[in-house]
Amino acid sequence: MKKRLKLGTIIVHAILIIGSVAMLLPFIWMIITSLKTLTESMAVPPTIIPPNFKWSNYKEVWELLPFGTFYLNTTLMLLFRVLGSVFFSAMAAYAFARIKFPGRDFFFMIVLIQMMIPGQLFIIPQYEIVSALGLLNTISALSIPGIVSAFGTFLLRQFFIGIPNELEEAAILDGCNRWQIFWKIMMPLTRSGLIALGIFTALFAWKDLMWPLIVNSSIDKMPLVSGLASLQGQYTTNFPQLMAGSMIAIWPMVILFIIFQKQFIEGVASTGSKT
Amino acid sequence: MILQKNIEKVINKKLTINNKNMNEYGWACLMIAPTILGLIILNIWPLIQTCYLSFNKTSGFGANEWVGLANYQRMLFDPAVMHAVMNTLEYTAIAVPLGVIISLFVAVLLNAKIKGKTIYRTIYFLPMVSAPVAIAMVWRWLYSADYGLFNYLLSLVGISGVNWLTNPQVALFSIIIVGVWSTIGYNMVILLAGLQEIPKSLYEAAEIDGAGSIRQFFSITFPLISPTIFFVVVTTMISSLQVFEYIFMMIDKRNSAIESTQSLVYLFYKCSFITNDKGYGSAIAMLLLVIILIITVVQIKLQKKWVHYQ
Repeated sequence: MKKRLKLGTIIVHAILIIGSVAMLLPFIWMIITSLKTLTESMAVPPTIIPPNFKWSNYKEVWELLPFGTFYLNTTLMLLFRVLGSVFFSAMAAYAFARIKFPGRDFFFMIVLIQMMIPGQLFIIPQYEIVSALGLLNTISALSIPGIVSAFGTFLLRQFFIGIPNELEEAAILDGCNRWQIFWKIMMPLTRSGLIALGIFTALFAWKDLMWPLIVNSSIDKMPLVSGLASLQGQYTTNFPQLMAGSMIAIWPMVILFIIFQKQFIEGVASTGSKT
Repeated sequence: MILQKNIEKVINKKLTINNKNMNEYGWACLMIAPTILGLIILNIWPLIQTCYLSFNKTSGFGANEWVGLANYQRMLFDPAVMHAVMNTLEYTAIAVPLGVIISLFVAVLLNAKIKGKTIYRTIYFLPMVSAPVAIAMVWRWLYSADYGLFNYLLSLVGISGVNWLTNPQVALFSIIIVGVWSTIGYNMVILLAGLQEIPKSLYEAAEIDGAGSIRQFFSITFPLISPTIFFVVVTTMISSLQVFEYIFMMIDKRNSAIESTQSLVYLFYKCSFITNDKGYGSAIAMLLLVIILIITVVQIKLQKKWVHYQ
């Protein structure tokens, strides 16, 4: 019995390791290529480990495009989007979950409609709005569509519904008003939900390509994603440089993920079980 | 006298209740106002606008001309749109089952009592935190016909010169591989959370009854996790129908495979923001909406056959 179990575990590990190699290979190849010279990168058979690491690829690509500015733009965009959507969604979610008011179902339908409609249906008019406000090529343009979140409202509502009534009733007896209940009692209780939403918002805002591509065409207002996209072809076709650029773009999120792994995983998992 | 007092009491009570209610409504309005206003301005109004625009011929200067169904008629006879619909459906039809089955398989393996669970989970999730733009670049390099790693490895076993991204018959599959690869970790995490909620005692009971692991999977694991699978299938499907980044980054405009890979969203982007034909772009977006709604409704109807809610 014990032997069979052991064999089973070995097979499981073997499969998982093969899978891990498949998952990691592109990243490893990205790192290796980013340290090659152009000739090494095009050698057949491919150079696996370059004899001399060409760190200057990073320097060259950094000089080609203002990556420092990209970092700053991305950080600001995420900051506005995360703070805005988490704060506003929590407020609305609390009202939807805990207060009976006329029109509640109607307003909640607006939230649901937004969730069911693919984003492309909003993009053209959103672009027109941003353009009419004269906000093209600004950080505001990057942040505006994400400042409120239907998904966040829906998700946090589930969290608020899960909190027992007694706490709230006690607070009402103590003379707390709705805002105090929300801010002092409910917000701390749903911390895991707020963090989950924050991570989720940041992750998807960070990866989104089409919106920044459309609204911010001037290079000094681009976030990392569209900046990197413009690198390909427009600035260089040199693959070691492109790989260095990709490395520069992805490492902050990868590091954040490794540090806050537990929160990332729990956040994603809760979006699955709560919706 | 007493009567009057009682009446006063009742009235007062009613007033305070009303006051309290008004107070409640006030708070509720205040609290939902930012989100609801934001959604109306940024989503509901744009939705109406897009719908309206799809019946218009647009020019660059905001002068729209009502053309009725002309955009839709044009779409019906536009081979690019028809191709895009087929490509999108093909992408979804292959990527979703493949992606969900692999994710479920990995999740089941990770749910076993093994060491290094966290490390595996981190590795599989890694593509999810990396920008598709960066991922597309490295895959493009791996796929390179002349210098790519894949063709080199294949040449070792005697297969040579696969044009991963330029052969119209292969290119869509190459993109599907990247799409599946990048979503495995995400779906796996959601499925794993579902698996962990299944009580261990069920498996113990099955073990005593002599059920093997495959039998256990189909009679315990699958039915109990089916709501989570349903969620994963629906969300993956909706995002697959909106595939854009990988095609945008991996297939150049001059690539001969563009016809056989461009998705509806890619075409939407091209029409709306490159050729600046926003009316036609809106019509394409409406088509996408209809396709997504139909598929979602079919999904919801079909779920009764295989999803078990406790």
